[in-house]
Amino acid sequence: MLNAAPAETRPPDPRADLTASLGLYASVARGAFRRYSTYRAATLAGTVTNTVFGCILAYTFVALWRARPDLGGYDLDQAVTFIWVCQALMPTTAIFGGGFENDVQTRFRSGDIAVDLYRPVDFQGWWLASDLGRAGYHLLVRGGAPLLAGSLLFHFRLPERPLTWLVFLLSVLLAEVVSFGLRFLVALTGFWLHDSDGVRSVTLVVAMFLSGMLLPLTLFPGWLGELARVLPWAALAQVPADLFLEHATGPAVLGPLGLQLGWAAALIGAGRGVQALATRKVVVQGG
Amino acid sequence: MALIELRDVRRTFTVRARAGRFSRTKREVRAVDGLSFDVEAGECVGYIGPNGAGKSTTIKMLTGILVPSSGRLRVAGVDPARERVALARRIGVVFGQRTTLWWDLPLRDSFELARRIYRIPDHRYRENLDRCVELLDLGELLDTPVRQLSLGQRMRGDLAAALLHDPRVLYLDEPTIGLDVVSKGKVREFLREVNRDRGTTVLLTTHDLTDIEQLCDRVMVIDHGRVVYDGGLDGLHATGRSERTLVVDLAEARPPIEVAGARVVKVEGPRQWLAFPSRQSAAPIVSAVAERYPLVDLSVREPAIEDVIARMYAEVAIG
Repeated sequence: MLNAAPAETRPPDPRADLTASLGLYASVARGAFRRYSTYRAATLAGTVTNTVFGCILAYTFVALWRARPDLGGYDLDQAVTFIWVCQALMPTTAIFGGGFENDVQTRFRSGDIAVDLYRPVDFQGWWLASDLGRAGYHLLVRGGAPLLAGSLLFHFRLPERPLTWLVFLLSVLLAEVVSFGLRFLVALTGFWLHDSDGVRSVTLVVAMFLSGMLLPLTLFPGWLGELARVLPWAALAQVPADLFLEHATGPAVLGPLGLQLGWAAALIGAGRGVQALATRKVVVQGG
Repeated sequence: MALIELRDVRRTFTVRARAGRFSRTKREVRAVDGLSFDVEAGECVGYIGPNGAGKSTTIKMLTGILVPSSGRLRVAGVDPARERVALARRIGVVFGQRTTLWWDLPLRDSFELARRIYRIPDHRYRENLDRCVELLDLGELLDTPVRQLSLGQRMRGDLAAALLHDPRVLYLDEPTIGLDVVSKGKVREFLREVNRDRGTTVLLTTHDLTDIEQLCDRVMVIDHGRVVYDGGLDGLHATGRSERTLVVDLAEARPPIEVAGARVVKVEGPRQWLAFPSRQSAAPIVSAVAERYPLVDLSVREPAIEDVIARMYAEVAIG
């Protein structure tokens, strides 16, 4: 077994190559899913926080909508439902942090980021797979609880059409990819700043505000509202929540989904570009 | 062609320091300053030097995550920085202070992941895993989450993970750091097996010279980015102007005694330590001491490799 059959002698086969890559990323995602599932206390604490926070916001909205019915085009039940859907989306799309970027930051500090470059694996693909695995776990466990609590404690508006659930799930997936795209760009600043915490704090606040999580973007006045509704952050919470509330149905769902898909593609592409620059910087100038 | 080939490789870093309130000065630091050496397939080479000598910089260039400022570098026939990903499939890297393992998951999952990363064919994966499990005694640890492993156990896991894909070259950066004597022994035994039986080329950096004594036929000492010694371990003694020590017990405590060809390096009551060049015979010094002083007992100590290297580092620093 003297180094027989080294990997480099394999004939190139694009299809086998793709299958092998997908297999790898699927196993990274599975690993991330299982990894988060080992921290049960953290999951429980997070779920309780989401639910309590959801209750506070929901009561605020009840007061607000009683004073100003049909604000932003939502009736009271829709407004309350909006809150709970956002509480389910918050851990899933890691709007307020808690995703793969924490791991990357730790790896910058410890220098383990170098280990990632020794591997014959795409850096972005690796972390996207990992974050999708995490999002899957958070959607199932931390997403379900607030929806359940909301539907038990408040007048909750469930989708009328079964198909809406499918559209909603697709929209959540796209929301997560857009969210990853944004957080990946922030994480990469670590290659230049050595510590992306400052940038992260700023972007988290921006994300909270512009995702519509605290206040639906339909309430934002004039040009600010129009702008906010087409920015990538809208794809994180506002768009999936509106689809859940069936603000758009039938072929009309393609508009919001298209907005998400466009941002997902643009951000992943931008991430690839910055990643190439970051790798080059490390390799040429030293880490 | 040698498996690893360096020709006049240099690497400089620009260090910026504050000079005044707004001004900054730039300074060039030469981390690697004209390295040339070859490592043939199947060798086990110790790559040692004091902190900051340029060891890590060399390893980074050899793995392709750092591009040299000038010079020529080839590993397994490729230019590392240019073909980093292709090279990554042919090399294994183990850092004593880092881990490639999946922290929260059982050890087995990290190995499965390596199988997918390196696209190891099933039969080879099973064969290599069985072998590593047996030699590194990993059987009971496979289902333990990595975060619950001791440092020695984790290190063994990391070694296995780096070798499942049959790399041609294995870079080891302080693989025994922080390990107890038993764990160090296990790691060394395994590395010897990997190098001798599987023919894997090993490049080892360490501060533990026992690693080198037990594993390497060849040692390269580098300092200030240059090779200051390249050869066998025994040659180090000659080059490093090593000294033997004569320990004499006199009948009573005395001030340092005077003997031609030796100097007193330590006095403790009636016991005195005399250093003299390794190549010189101890006999004339012993008889000179016995003639002039009341000698009760004596012993001769051979130089430790640590001392030889320490002297070499010191000399390079002065010269």
